[in-house]
Amino acid sequence: MSNPQIEIQLIAAVVAIACAIPGVFLVLRKMALISDAISHSILPGIVLGFFITQDLNSPLLIILAAITGIITVVLVEWIQKTGLVKEDTAIGLVFPALFSIGVILIAKNANDVHLDVDAVLLGELAFAPFDRLMMSGIDLGPKSLWVMGVILVITMMLLLLFFKELKVSTFDVGLSSALGFSPAILHYGLMSISSVTVVGAFEAVGAILVVALMIAPAATSYLLTSDLKKMLMLSVLFGVFSAISGYWLAHWLDASIAGSISTMLGLVFLMVYLFAPNKGLIAVMYRHKQQRIEVSLLTFLLHLNNHNEEEERHINHLQEHINWQKIRAKTVVDLAEKNNLISINNQVVSLTEKGNNFTSIALEYIITNKDEKIEHLKDDFFLFRG
Amino acid sequence: MRNKIAIQVDDLTVAYNYKPVLWDIDLVVPEAVLMAIVGPNGAGKSTLIKAILGIIDPIAGSVSIYGKPYDKQRQLVAYVPQKGSVDWDFPTTALDVVMMGTYGSLGWIKRPGKKEKKASLEALEKVGMLAFKNRQISQLSGGQQQRVFLARALVQNASIYFMDEPFQGVDATTEIAIINILKELRKAGKTVVVVHHDLQTVPEYFDWVTFLNVKKIATGPVKEIFNDDNLTKTYGINYKVAVNK
Repeated sequence: MSNPQIEIQLIAAVVAIACAIPGVFLVLRKMALISDAISHSILPGIVLGFFITQDLNSPLLIILAAITGIITVVLVEWIQKTGLVKEDTAIGLVFPALFSIGVILIAKNANDVHLDVDAVLLGELAFAPFDRLMMSGIDLGPKSLWVMGVILVITMMLLLLFFKELKVSTFDVGLSSALGFSPAILHYGLMSISSVTVVGAFEAVGAILVVALMIAPAATSYLLTSDLKKMLMLSVLFGVFSAISGYWLAHWLDASIAGSISTMLGLVFLMVYLFAPNKGLIAVMYRHKQQRIEVSLLTFLLHLNNHNEEEERHINHLQEHINWQKIRAKTVVDLAEKNNLISINNQVVSLTEKGNNFTSIALEYIITNKDEKIEHLKDDFFLFRG
Repeated sequence: MRNKIAIQVDDLTVAYNYKPVLWDIDLVVPEAVLMAIVGPNGAGKSTLIKAILGIIDPIAGSVSIYGKPYDKQRQLVAYVPQKGSVDWDFPTTALDVVMMGTYGSLGWIKRPGKKEKKASLEALEKVGMLAFKNRQISQLSGGQQQRVFLARALVQNASIYFMDEPFQGVDATTEIAIINILKELRKAGKTVVVVHHDLQTVPEYFDWVTFLNVKKIATGPVKEIFNDDNLTKTYGINYKVAVNK
């Protein structure tokens, strides 16, 4: 690998981590769309900052753009508070307005400079290593790596300091407020850091990929864990994995790096969506199938429970009476036998003691819906997991 | 008044978009009572609690908790919001939710440690949920979720408890378990304020009641004021409830 190659991957990885962290909280707060809005509406801020400084990496530009991001959030909330439109409509009203102001500003005044709408929307990671940070003649590395590195360090520090506050205000706004952790301060703090991250990242990866890097890793890890800390770590992992593998995908296809990273993010999500152990599509389908079989099992056991007379419990008779297809009947009988719930003598089926217990506990649960007694059954049977 | 005053509300008015939801509420709650706030839908019951706790800003009026503003007395107050107000798919466990109750005494930045964990486990035990401490909260039944919320309030070790509809969507066993814990709190000298819907159980569960319908209709001991007259004034129809049955 050449030096620029390593630098590009490093920038992509740092951007991915810096985006994944606020992204987790945005997803949990059901504010994914806000990141989309911010990423577009910072354009006028960037353009104004650029007119003043003539430098795309100036801190003033980041501050101005971040302020535009906050203005977006405030405007959305303000429109929403009138009660005339819902949040999604408010978002849809605000960000195109701000974005179009930016587009017009560029068209009128910046036609001949290195700032165009394409660059803002799509970015170009491949060019990032050419823009160096020089200090008294010494090359310190790509500028965007420094910008994103500083943003990442700030994000990490804020996360470590205010993890508990962010958690409680995300989960329960009312409690957070009653305990004295102002939800407004935390909300605007999160919005500020999201805006700053988007601004810092847009030049390298573009406004669209920023949204993907914020939302996709969080959405993916949400399917895999029920622990906020693990969700943060997994998001970082998925983000970095997609960034690096996306870079090599682009290298191999000779395509846009940003586009390839987005594609990888999408693929990773798709894989997890299909194969996640509990919430994945396949796991859910398997669970539904198992639940159907278990309902049949219970029906079968209840039938045995209701009939003492042997002819009612003869295997052939069962098939006629319960009226199931052969395969289904066999699945159910096998499952009952495997769990020692029934015994079969001379083709006559009877409940074992365990089967008797099981049936009465299950029956009680169905009638009363109290689940104290069935707790131990939850591990073996999907039926009781609600 | 037989006891110290726990909560005093003066001329409290709250409005959403200029429409008053609570109008000029004066309310005095003595220490060590178990009080129900009753009233029809939209009467402002939840809003009253939220305004007392500073979650909603009133447009007029003041609140004091043991003689001082709520800001200065946060440590004395625990709050259980409506169960439906949070997202139960949030990636966290029962124990972790209870631990959130300790955040208030920790203040900003400081993290919960062993002491807070121990207190949280004890609170879970008190509500009969210790076995579920590591269960993801979406995997709990409605009643179990409400118990976790109650444990979170208990761990705050407060003097005053505000609970917004703790019996909504819970089974009968949980309802009895919760009310028994609330009665214990009252015995220990704590003040408990509950937004309540089931008028039938008011005389059995509570010793103090406030009738609310945008304005305060009446407040006082259940034995003295829980009658047809006040029910009719609050609900606007002749509400026949067998009181003192």
